[in-house]
Amino acid sequence: MSSPRVGVLLSRVRVEEKLLLGELESRGIETKIIDDRELVLAVEHRPELGVDVILERCIQHGTALYALSVFDAWGVPTVNRYEVAEICGNKLLTTMRLIRDGVPSPRTRVAFTPESALAAIEELGYPVVLKPLIGSWGRLVSKVNDREAAEAIVEHKDVLGNYLHSIYYVQEYIQKPGRDIRAFVVGGETIAAIYRASEHWITNTARGGQASNCPVTPELDELCVRAARAVGGGVVAIDLLEAPEGLLVNEVNYTMEFRNSIDTTGVNIPAKVIDYVLEVARAAS
Amino acid sequence: MAKCPECDAEVTVGSDAVKGEIVSCPDCGAELEVKETAPLALAIAPEAQEDWGE
Repeated sequence: MSSPRVGVLLSRVRVEEKLLLGELESRGIETKIIDDRELVLAVEHRPELGVDVILERCIQHGTALYALSVFDAWGVPTVNRYEVAEICGNKLLTTMRLIRDGVPSPRTRVAFTPESALAAIEELGYPVVLKPLIGSWGRLVSKVNDREAAEAIVEHKDVLGNYLHSIYYVQEYIQKPGRDIRAFVVGGETIAAIYRASEHWITNTARGGQASNCPVTPELDELCVRAARAVGGGVVAIDLLEAPEGLLVNEVNYTMEFRNSIDTTGVNIPAKVIDYVLEVARAAS
Repeated sequence: MAKCPECDAEVTVGSDAVKGEIVSCPDCGAELEVKETAPLALAIAPEAQEDWGE
């Protein structure tokens, strides 16, 4: 067949989107940019979209999730799939999939009231980490070192914010060596990984963490591929912690950023992503 | 070239700039979105919301 036509669903053209669009252009692939802010989905009938596959690159999780749900119902191939967005966009759903598939992850408790949240925190033992179920870039992730801090954070979460903040997702704090690992999995292969080092316990590069190359060992590859499969596969970024007892999978991201990882790893990540997108389109045709 | 909507400085973007791209004003540092490329039109980029991310 001729080369598939690729739709790119996006909100803003960040560095990553520009690299992906550049990769498509350099290969002469017919590309249609779909601006999610202008999108109106007449959900009753699948329109002629003029594309064979959609690469989702929205900046808002809610937009990505619900747009993908419609494309999924219409039978339009997408990267990532709706299921992957649903699981990865929610830390609890991700944790439950990791547990289901035996992927090691930090001990986690979920509670629904301030009182039970405090009980869960005390049971895990200080320090603990409280995270919003939905959110990125380490925002509102709190390390709680003692009872007084726990009471304050839980009260704030109870009073401020929407109902989602009253679902308390509590994890043990992992004593990590001043860094964590981010690994990129594309179509069942760990293509690259970086260390993210920071003096701060939050190591996201969006928050100033410094990237350096992390060798993809067979152990890391095996664990990352299993984690990716647990959430439904596709193009995902796995965050791992180096715990004393071994690697733990902390989170899985489904619309990954990779601007700091191409030069660092020497891997052409956008090319790998586009290879996979074309593979998905061809498999569906 | 277009004016920064925040500080009125003159902002230029690369010839490969595309609609939807985010650029920074060299004077005030405001994040700006390219609304049009020919002629260049800039707007203040939207503030991050709770479910923004990767």
